[in-house]
Amino acid sequence: MTEVITASTIIKRFGHKQVLRKLDFSVQQGEFVAFLGPNGAGKTTFLRILSSLSKPNYGIVKIAGFVLPTQAASVRQKLGVVSHQPLLYGDLSAEENLNFYAKLYGVIDRSERISQILKMVGLEKRRRDLVRTFSRGMQQRLAIGRSIIHDPEVLLLDEPHTGLDQDASNMLDEILTRVATQGRTVVMTSHDLPRVANLASRFDVLARGKIMGSIQASDLPKHGLLSFYESVINQNEVKNEI
Amino acid sequence: MKDKPKLLTVLDGVTLVTFLAATAMVFFYAPTERVMGAVQKVFYFHVAAGWVGMVSFFVAAVVGVIYLIKKSPNMDLIGIAAVEIGIIFTLINIVTGAIWARPIWNAWWTWDPRLTTATIMELVYIAYLMLRQGIDDPERRARFGAVYAIVGFLSVPLTFFSIRIFRTIHPVVIGGSDPSAVGAFDMTPKMFQTLMFSIVVFSILFIDLIWHRVRLGKFQNYLEELKIKLQV
Amino acid sequence: MKSKTSFFKALSAVVWKDLVAELRGKEMLSAMMVFALLVIFIFNFALELDPKTRNALTAGIIWVTLTFSGTLGLNRSMAVEKDRGCLDGLLLAPVDRTAIYFGKSIANWVFMLITAAILLPVYSILYNTNLFSWGLVLVILLGSEGYVAVGTLLSSMSIQARTRDILLPILLFPVIIPVLIAAVKATGGFLAGETFSSLTTWIYLLIGYDVIFTSVAFMVFDAVVEE
Repeated sequence: MTEVITASTIIKRFGHKQVLRKLDFSVQQGEFVAFLGPNGAGKTTFLRILSSLSKPNYGIVKIAGFVLPTQAASVRQKLGVVSHQPLLYGDLSAEENLNFYAKLYGVIDRSERISQILKMVGLEKRRRDLVRTFSRGMQQRLAIGRSIIHDPEVLLLDEPHTGLDQDASNMLDEILTRVATQGRTVVMTSHDLPRVANLASRFDVLARGKIMGSIQASDLPKHGLLSFYESVINQNEVKNEI
Repeated sequence: MKDKPKLLTVLDGVTLVTFLAATAMVFFYAPTERVMGAVQKVFYFHVAAGWVGMVSFFVAAVVGVIYLIKKSPNMDLIGIAAVEIGIIFTLINIVTGAIWARPIWNAWWTWDPRLTTATIMELVYIAYLMLRQGIDDPERRARFGAVYAIVGFLSVPLTFFSIRIFRTIHPVVIGGSDPSAVGAFDMTPKMFQTLMFSIVVFSILFIDLIWHRVRLGKFQNYLEELKIKLQV
Repeated sequence: MKSKTSFFKALSAVVWKDLVAELRGKEMLSAMMVFALLVIFIFNFALELDPKTRNALTAGIIWVTLTFSGTLGLNRSMAVEKDRGCLDGLLLAPVDRTAIYFGKSIANWVFMLITAAILLPVYSILYNTNLFSWGLVLVILLGSEGYVAVGTLLSSMSIQARTRDILLPILLFPVIIPVLIAAVKATGGFLAGETFSSLTTWIYLLIGYDVIFTSVAFMVFDAVVEE
């Protein structure tokens, strides 16, 4: 097994507020890591650093063998990102959106790849419809399609279930599982514990700018994610008071 | 950091003394100009203030470039300090100009290239302050400030050049003059010495002010830090 | 696999995307056009444009109209990138940031030229004069290039500010004045029937400003989008 993501001693400040405090994080190839934590713990900030959109004040990030930010272009080529915003153009159709991003990533057989992806996310019939007419769930499915258009090794997802109803979330999970089993490494932030419990292979808890706990899915007792999460958070809070 | 550096105290003293000396020179050393009379005396500080304004904005642009390369927060402190000082001195420059222009040109304001450029320059840097005010993240605020300080400073000479192609009535006192300009005059050696001394004094004042302002900025940051520590 | 998508491919993808999206809805273009028309009508009443004074003012009116409607377009063009987080989408791609800048600039330029191409004939009809000359076309091309070069840079800053609705004209107008002066002067010259050779000063000035502003914007754009 090789390490696909390595981040060591990451410090990120916003003004004088330190959001990430010497955070260490690594992911093996093929892992599906759920990144948990309370609001404001720095999950989004950390994911933006991994996705090359933001630079840490201190620390080293290595993805798929390339170092950020010096080899940003190579990292970006290996990386697919889904945020809670779809990153799609409302005035373009599903097909045109994918086509645009395929061009940006220099995808070779564009039309074939686009059909393949539309089929996978179940939007073949709506391919010519404008994205602004899509429901939130459809937009998010297309966003996942967009993020894997260039067949990236690593997939980063930031709260992809935000604003989705039960059905849409289930459909998204189905696609996610399929994407993950194609040999990709996945990191996903979430605060929906029951939902990620069935998806991920490892759970990391982020609190106060550091990873406070990590557990493999195989080590987790049934329905034990919630108690694991709470014990990590509580432990941390007790430590604060002393 | 909390104690005031000795050198700064000395500089404060030097600034005060030389400033008084310059004022005395303007009133008692420099001769009164024959045609314009006493109002011409505004000229010395008018030019000196204009000089400080230009230097400030130049400094802001230079530290802007350095900030974009090095990303050091100190450069941003100098940048904002320079722009604030530049705005004040440019305003002094414009107002003293108007005081002079009223009796000489018989108008508070004319659409003369220098006057117009100075005012447009003032607007550029007021826009700079508004841009900074609209951004909450300090890092982004510093970055955008640096970019705008560079673009703004670049456009100023272009503006002047464009307007200059029209004929000017502003007197060019230094470096060859157009005798047809209203209010032009030849400087006597004493006038020239007074002017040069005023410029030097204003430059010292500029250094003194920017030092104080940067210190103030550092205190501000320190205060923010303490506030956050209290919250945690 | 090569890591970076070629500059030209990325640039043309961005231009293509903006043109396709805009020419479908035409929301921005129609807003720019209606706004431009309104400005001309307001000028007509505000300045009592009788034929004599009008000739002297036409150049100014054209450029004020283009400048104002241009800010509508610039704001809209960047708002589209910010709405669904698309700017992040662009930045995530393995492309030069300057390809994004030039792509957006070229698209904005095209929109301004389309506005001008409709505005000028309408003006000619309304006031029963013929404005067309190749010199004027050249001035419009050069003037609006300088305008969008700075405008695209500044709008990508203003859109990221809390005060994004009001900031763009305040940032853009004082900086763009040299381009406007040269453009108005050259336009006035061509409308008055002056020869090309007598207006070369202004044309060269416009070219110079375009080169300066475009290259500076090109150099600092990275700093505007990269965190």
